[in-house]
Amino acid sequence: MKSSIQTMYASMLALLFSILPTSAWADKIDLGATEQQATNWVAIGMFMVFVGFTLAITKWAASKTRSTADFYTAGGGITGFQNGLAIAGDYMSAASFLGISAMVFATGFDGLLYSIGFLVGWPIILFVIAERLRNLGKFTFADVASFRLARGPVRTMAAISTLVVVSFYLIAQMVGAGQLIKLLFGLNYNIAVVVVGVLMVAYVMFGGMLATTWVQITKAVMLLAGATFMAFMVLQAYNFSLEGMFSAAVDVYSDVHNTEGQKIMGPGSLISNPIDAISLGLALMFGTAGLPHILMRFFTVGNAKEARKSVFFATGFIGYFYLLTFIIGFGAILFVAQNPQYLDLTKMAETGKLELLGGGNMAAVHLSHALGGDWFLGFISAVAFATILAVVAGLTLSGASAVSHDLYANVIAHGRSTEKQEMRVSKYAVLALGLLAMLLGIVFEKQNVAFMVGLAFAVAASSNFPVLLLSMFWRGLTTRGAVIGGTTGLVSSVVLIGLTKAVWVDTLHISATAPIPYSNPALFSITIAFVCCWLFSVTDKSARAAAERAAFDAQFVRSMTGIGASSASDH
Amino acid sequence: MNDSMDAKQVQAFLNHPDFQTLIRQKSRLSWSLAAIQLAIYCGFITFVALFPEIMHQSLFGGVITVGMPIGVAVILSAFILCGIYVWYANRYFDEMTRQVVLKVEA
Repeated sequence: MKSSIQTMYASMLALLFSILPTSAWADKIDLGATEQQATNWVAIGMFMVFVGFTLAITKWAASKTRSTADFYTAGGGITGFQNGLAIAGDYMSAASFLGISAMVFATGFDGLLYSIGFLVGWPIILFVIAERLRNLGKFTFADVASFRLARGPVRTMAAISTLVVVSFYLIAQMVGAGQLIKLLFGLNYNIAVVVVGVLMVAYVMFGGMLATTWVQITKAVMLLAGATFMAFMVLQAYNFSLEGMFSAAVDVYSDVHNTEGQKIMGPGSLISNPIDAISLGLALMFGTAGLPHILMRFFTVGNAKEARKSVFFATGFIGYFYLLTFIIGFGAILFVAQNPQYLDLTKMAETGKLELLGGGNMAAVHLSHALGGDWFLGFISAVAFATILAVVAGLTLSGASAVSHDLYANVIAHGRSTEKQEMRVSKYAVLALGLLAMLLGIVFEKQNVAFMVGLAFAVAASSNFPVLLLSMFWRGLTTRGAVIGGTTGLVSSVVLIGLTKAVWVDTLHISATAPIPYSNPALFSITIAFVCCWLFSVTDKSARAAAERAAFDAQFVRSMTGIGASSASDH
Repeated sequence: MNDSMDAKQVQAFLNHPDFQTLIRQKSRLSWSLAAIQLAIYCGFITFVALFPEIMHQSLFGGVITVGMPIGVAVILSAFILCGIYVWYANRYFDEMTRQVVLKVEA
């Protein structure tokens, strides 16, 4: 009886509300296999309200989405502030929210260290690439990379690496969504994956970038509001005395973990090897600057000035959010760690450690219940799911534009296809990506996908970023250098991640020790990519290479002045 | 791409002293800020990796450690550096760019 209601409910959801985009939520955090919980109707009700609202947005967006420019970039009509919120909505994943607060709950200071890495890429994006990117590109970052290089090979390479990044990111999201829904809503895993897949396809296919943007904005506002409320309640309980709150948390931590609690106030084991630490930092920094769905957001604003403002606001929102998750993690130590209502006592008896009901990532969710009761728990659960939707929508749109704009319109049709044909291809691509994401989500249910977001960042940092950066800043880059450099970056980052402990030992179980001693090998693949870009460019003596170098001046003047840049008025 | 400039116009920009000034100032600001951010972050994590015990020292004799305000400061530095760039670019570079374009196209 119960399961037939669930099935009916889910198919209703799927049928009625097929327009939601999902968010990047599994950054590196392993949800592991979760247990299905009792059906949470308050959470489902709140989520339904969100879905209904976003479907209304999609309907409105669909009526405004006519041209390819509308579809890919919302016609360039998003303001800097709106885009800043949308970028934050795209970037603040459920993994950041649940995972980083869980990390703070478990290790304290290390959670803060980890989140800082996700933030510091943003200023670099602002100072170095945001404005040039906006002035040179139209729909995808491949527009910029192939501006003065040969369209066919460079766009093909960029599209492949975009699809690789998007696929890994999507798998992490889909698996995360399924596990999360099982936990939060008490629905079946496969149903959750299908609901996410159907909603994201509907958002993107009908509402394009406009719907995706507003879903991301809605989600960002909900997440920031919910997290602010939680942090406020935690601090209020200690009369806004940080020293009071931290010292109470240290005492509780000492108690429940039977250890010296003061250690959570400083760095633990996360960063001990400097090479690994710098490598992780570079992967996060340059990876952020190479994520195709993030880069695409810069084409949704009218000009370079708005692009600049976007990053400023995004950095502010994201930084604020990470400060909140730090307080939330400590709040969970205070309000969750000692409350038997939230603990898995059976499992604790087995392991002798502190175990939360539903797994380690539930710290923030339990805290929401401790602070605001069933309704606030419902709200936070709905926010967590909305977060996934906002991220997957952005990913799907980015993957689809790589197929339709880069591969189809520019490589296969040599720029001679009509807008209508390109739109049709993009919609099929959205559908195909949606089906692929659902399929992979179901196939990978039992797998540990924690490394996949890390892999997506490593590929973005080692393939997209070097080519994009050099194409804008180095006159000498040629097609041959870009294609060989980008490809070696892609291949080496995937291979090197495969040789790390997380994949080789923990996921694939090939042998007991990993072939390489680093957990973040991006430093090496990034270096390989830059060296190959350089080497195969300087040794390229072809006439085409000479023409490409000569075309740098015109590209440079346009990137600095914006003359000839695509603007909101040209469509 | 929709290139609206011919080679002569491109040369006119490259040779114009105001354009050269703009490029020089803008690059100087961008790369300095990027270098500062990289130095702050890489310096911070290297310091954490090499001297964790310093981060664990008590700040005012209570539980709050030296590491806490430093970590928060790194987060704030990202936002502040972005703010400096945006303020500077809005205040000077946009107008300089507009003037250069007017002069060259005249």
